Amino acid sequence: MPLEIIEGCVNCWACEALCPTGAIYAAKPHFLIEPKKCSGCEGDYADPQCAAVCPVEGAILDGLGEAVNPPGSLSGVSPPRMAEVMAEIRAR
Amino acid sequence: MEAGRLIRLDATPKGGCSAGSCGGTGDQLSHLPEDIRRRVHNHPCYSEQAHHHYARMHAAVAPACNIQCHYCNRKYDCANESRPGVASELLTPDQAVKKTLAVAAAIPQMTVLGIAGPGDPLANPERTFATFGMLSKLAPDIKLCISTNGLAVPDFADEIVKHNIDHVTITINCLDPDVGVDIYPWIFWNNRRVKGRKGVRILIERQQKGLEMLVERGILVKVNSVMIPGVNSDHLKEVSRVVKAKGAFLHNVMPLIAEAGHGDFYGAMGQRAPERYELSALQDACAGDMNMMRHCRQCRADAVGMLGEDRGGEFTLDKIKNTEIDYPAAMERRALVQAAIAKKQAAKTEINFMPPEPSARRAGYRPVLMAVATTGGGVVNRHFGHAKEFLVYEASPDGVRLIGHRRNERYCFGPDSCGDEPDVLAGTIRALKGCEAVLCSKIGYGPWRRLEAAGIQPYGEYAGNPIEDAVIAVYRQMADNGDLDCDAAAPAEAKASA
Repeated sequence: MPLEIIEGCVNCWACEALCPTGAIYAAKPHFLIEPKKCSGCEGDYADPQCAAVCPVEGAILDGLGEAVNPPGSLSGVSPPRMAEVMAEIRAR
Repeated sequence: MEAGRLIRLDATPKGGCSAGSCGGTGDQLSHLPEDIRRRVHNHPCYSEQAHHHYARMHAAVAPACNIQCHYCNRKYDCANESRPGVASELLTPDQAVKKTLAVAAAIPQMTVLGIAGPGDPLANPERTFATFGMLSKLAPDIKLCISTNGLAVPDFADEIVKHNIDHVTITINCLDPDVGVDIYPWIFWNNRRVKGRKGVRILIERQQKGLEMLVERGILVKVNSVMIPGVNSDHLKEVSRVVKAKGAFLHNVMPLIAEAGHGDFYGAMGQRAPERYELSALQDACAGDMNMMRHCRQCRADAVGMLGEDRGGEFTLDKIKNTEIDYPAAMERRALVQAAIAKKQAAKTEINFMPPEPSARRAGYRPVLMAVATTGGGVVNRHFGHAKEFLVYEASPDGVRLIGHRRNERYCFGPDSCGDEPDVLAGTIRALKGCEAVLCSKIGYGPWRRLEAAGIQPYGEYAGNPIEDAVIAVYRQMADNGDLDCDAAAPAEAKASA
C-alpha cells in the first residue's frame, strides 16, 4: 500500500534521495509520492524510508491513511505530558 | 600580529577591580604551530583577525538532514531570518558553482566557500562533493570547508581529504547521552530512525570518531557547541577539554537562538537562550584550556560577504544567470587584492599602549564595553545609521579584546510582521545594552542625543583609525574624566557580564 505526503511537509528533501523506487518528487506546495511507484520500501528496507527520516509529525500517511509519525512521536513528548515538560523546560 | 590577540595597555599586574573581568583569553591562535596559522590566516570563520579583512560564502546545496536537533526547524526558506539552517534559494551543484565563481569575481577578498546546509552537507554527499569536485578544479584559490553535525563524518573522512577540504566544523553539544537526550530526539542511522538515548549514544560516538579521523588525516577541525541553559551549559567545559585533547584546534561556544516564532521545539516550549554574561562566563571558563572564538555570527546557510553582512541578495540565481565569468582573470585580481591585504596585516606591529596616566589608581579601573561600527579592515569606518551590527570590545587595565557582536536582530515571526521595523534606533539601543560608548565614522544629531540619553556615548572622531587604538583612546579619555574608578557608575549588564 503506497504512502502519502500531506500538508505539513516542509520540503526539506530528506526523503527524496532515500526512496528506493524514485516515487517521491518535488511539487508545490509540498513534495508528493507517486502512488504507482511507491512500494512502501517492501523488499528494500525494514521501514519505509520517507517516514523514517521525515522530521515533521503527521506529514506522512501509511497505506491505511494513518500518520506514521503521530503527535509526540518525533519530539519525544507525548501530548498528555506536554504541559509538564514545558514547565520543566521553562524552569531552566 | 596574530588573530584574537589581547593588546596590553601596560605591564602592571591585574588590578583589584571588583567587577574585574580583568584578564582575557590571550592570543586566539598564537600557540598554534606555524603551519596551522598559515592555513587559517585568511579564513574569516577561523581567525578573528582574518574576519576583519576576508569574506566567505555558504552555498546552500545540502537540504536534507540526518538528525533532529531541538533548536532547529527544518523549514528553511525565510529571507529575513539570520541563523544557521536558513536559506532562501536551494542550489544544485551547477548553480552553486556558478554562484561561487560570480561571488569570487565580484568580492576578491572572498577566500572561503563553505557548505553548511540548510541541512547537513554529509547527509547530501552527492550534491556536496559534486560541488566541491567542480570548484577545486575551476577555482583552486578558494578554500573549501564544511560544517556538519558529525554523524556521517566517519563514512566520508577519506572523501573529505580527496576533495581538498581543509577545514571541517563539527557541532558537538555533549559527550554524555544523558545530556544529549534533551537536545536530540532522534537520528536517522542505517536506514532507521533511532530515537532517544540510543540514537544520542550513536551520534556522540560517531562525532568523536569523526573528529579523531579528521585530525589523523591532517584536516583542521573546529568544534562548535550551542550553549543551552540548564541542558549543557555546565557540561560544555568538559566538551571543551575533550575535543581539545583530541586535536580540535578551535572551540566556538555559541548561544542558543530561541524564539517562539522560529517553530523549533525549544522555541515552542519556551527554552530560554543564555544571557550575554552567562555566555561570556562559559567562554572564559572554556578558554582556560582551549582556544575560544568570539567573532562567530552563526550565519545562514546561504550567507555571502564579510561576516556580519549578507550580500546574498546581489547574487540570486536570477541576477547571475546571464553573468559570464572569466575566472582565470578574476583569479589574478583576487591574488593581487589578497596579497595587498596580507601585506597590510603583516605591517601591523605589536604596540604596547601606555596606561591612562593621570590617576595613580589605574589598577582599579573597571572594564568598559564599547561598540564599534565597521565595514571591515579592522578600522572604525561605518556610519552609525548604516550599521546593522556592532563589534563589542572590552577595554580594561589589561588591554582590549573582542568579546562578541551585537545586532539589531530581525527575526521572522511569519508573513504578517516579516520585514517590519517600527523603530530601528530603539532596537539598536536595546542591542547595545551594557555598552558605554559607540565608535563610528559618523552619526546624526538625533541618534547622538538618543544614545547619550541611554547612557551610550557616541564617538565620531576616530573615523579611519584602527579599532583597538580607538578603543584605547576612548578608554584613556574615560580614565581622564574619572569615569573608570570602580565606584563610578557602570551599566548593570557590564557589571554582570564582567
